[in-house]
Amino acid sequence: MMHATDSTMLLLTELNALAAGFFLLTAFGLIATRQVLACLKIFVIQSLFLAASAFILGYQNVSASLVVVGGITVGVKAILIPWLFLRTLEYELRSRREISQVFNIPTSLLISLALVIFAYFISLPLLEAAPNAAATVNLPIGLGSLLLGAYALTVRREAVPQVIAILSMENGAFFAGISIAPDLPLIAELAAAFDVLIITRVMGVLTMKVHGQIGTTKVGEMVALKEE
Amino acid sequence: MEIICSFLILFLAAGLSLIPTTSRGFAPLTTVFGTAVTLMIAVNIALKASTGAQVVAIDGWVSCDSFGALLLLLVSFVGLTAAIFSFGYIGKTADLDDPARIRRYYARYNLFLVSMMAVPVLSQITLVWIAVELTTLLSVFLVSFPNTSEAIEAAWKYAVLTCMGAALALFGILVLYWGMTLAGGGPFTWSGLVAASPKIPPALLQTGFLFILIGFGTKAGLVPMHTWLPDAHSQAPSPICALLSGVETSTALYAIMKVVPAVQAISGGSSFNKWIVILGLLSACFAAFLLIQVKEYKRLFAFSTIEHMGIILVAVGLGGSHAYFGATYQILSHAFTKSFCFFAAGAALTVAGARDISAVRGLIRESPLVGGSLLLGALAISGAPPFAVFLSEFAIFRAGISSEQYVATGLLALFVVIAFCGIMFHISRMVFGAPTGQSERPNLPPTYIASLALAAVPVCLFGLYIPGPLLELLRLAATSLGR
Repeated sequence: MMHATDSTMLLLTELNALAAGFFLLTAFGLIATRQVLACLKIFVIQSLFLAASAFILGYQNVSASLVVVGGITVGVKAILIPWLFLRTLEYELRSRREISQVFNIPTSLLISLALVIFAYFISLPLLEAAPNAAATVNLPIGLGSLLLGAYALTVRREAVPQVIAILSMENGAFFAGISIAPDLPLIAELAAAFDVLIITRVMGVLTMKVHGQIGTTKVGEMVALKEE
Repeated sequence: MEIICSFLILFLAAGLSLIPTTSRGFAPLTTVFGTAVTLMIAVNIALKASTGAQVVAIDGWVSCDSFGALLLLLVSFVGLTAAIFSFGYIGKTADLDDPARIRRYYARYNLFLVSMMAVPVLSQITLVWIAVELTTLLSVFLVSFPNTSEAIEAAWKYAVLTCMGAALALFGILVLYWGMTLAGGGPFTWSGLVAASPKIPPALLQTGFLFILIGFGTKAGLVPMHTWLPDAHSQAPSPICALLSGVETSTALYAIMKVVPAVQAISGGSSFNKWIVILGLLSACFAAFLLIQVKEYKRLFAFSTIEHMGIILVAVGLGGSHAYFGATYQILSHAFTKSFCFFAAGAALTVAGARDISAVRGLIRESPLVGGSLLLGALAISGAPPFAVFLSEFAIFRAGISSEQYVATGLLALFVVIAFCGIMFHISRMVFGAPTGQSERPNLPPTYIASLALAAVPVCLFGLYIPGPLLELLRLAATSLGR
């Protein structure tokens, strides 16, 4: 009996590592993709992997709150946010032009790789100070995705990809969070979910305003304000 | 209980502002009345906190210590004066055929105040994070209110960069929470964190603090994450600028400063102080030099905000009770003075009709009130005696010298002097000199004069005399920063 439980746990750990791998892959995907709708789709997939990891860790640690976190993630990030995006910015999402960005995609991917390695080296001393099996996988990958999101935010010149980059940064923070802070009070999780909804709503409306003002959502073209 | 009351009043004011009435003054008057009551409550809370008592509304969730009471006081005071100023501003600039837009402005204004007042009174650190994030999200449309392409650009940069900062800070907070769990749990509040900090592995404390410093530092406008600040703080309507520059940046600093006592628990905490000082000096340095080349006067004051955030951070990094006192004092003097400066700049914008420094000359002859206020504000914010900023900066220098950190103090003094010269050079050109000869000048709405007069009281008073309870509040807040 004991043996069976052990092998189940081992399987779950490996499944979690698999989810983490796919999570990191989607973070790269967000940088490599050239179209807005694909960006949103990848974000939804990323959120599903976050939820999967939360479910697995929740089962392993017998933590109901993690399962709820997974549920909230699916509900908010995989259903409500795409719905909000489609409702406010349908035309933008369906436009089939290439996302304009500062560097070309191969360069971006190389920089992203460097960022992930950097994230790994930041995580090392933390994991040495506080060994934690789940965090060994989730912490560097969550932190890596956080940094990749920040990078995508900087190089993308368009509104919707920038908003998705912010949301994916939160995904990254929470991907690390479910392993290092599994018993975070539920009210904090609920508030954070509420928060990403407001981000989406506010930025969506602001994107419409940008569109109304300059006729496009290429926010990189707004350069009236700068130091001489 | 008072804390909950003040929140309910502001929520009520926000709701009432949305009621469609034919009377144009309803929403502004409701807001002014609501903020006035809130200010009275905040004064009451501050008086209680100045005796050293913790004002508790819901134990473990909503409470207010001396530092929190200080911020509450500042937010509600600037909230009131900016509400009065808004009355005239909206009447002057907004297209009056769209009353719904004006109602939304006041509703958002009240909600923005709620979010800023939530930061110092919430005890749970995760909820403080949400509150800081909400201060951004609720003020984005206030920044974009003028609906010009510049304002929308500024609002976009503001929202994107501060949300990015918030995500980094979130990671830092989660790492701190991890540390708390390892140290044996306990409530994840500011005081709980400080109590548990000796048992938290130093690597976790350092990393958590670093991410919080970068994340909330973005919101406080620390160099090199400051790029959005001069835009947002110059393009927003002047009353909103007063709130953003005067108090919103300080609420972000508050969230950073609250972690400082926990970090001091690390044995090598002094090396961390050095990094805080360097980051602060960097902000002060960049801002001081950028002040010189600035072309618009609202931007000038925005850069001055970055400089002041740098000064406060340096004071925090210098360490010791005297420097902490300087930091809290600087938060106080900056909030009162900077909001006054933006009211004066807003009035100047109405009188002169131009944002550029070079387009405005001889303001004191065209409108003695506006010219005089602008000069007063510039003198006060750049640290001339006998104003509060002079005293608070002096307190920081003295603390730096007495703790023998000569290099940092010397550099800080140098940057303060450069910023002084930069501000006075630009503002004196605007105030004096030959008028550009505009034939007709628009007269000022009486609410401008009222809010300028009200905001001028602490600016002039606090350099000469600080009421006993307020001084005690500053001392207690400074003590709470140390271990």
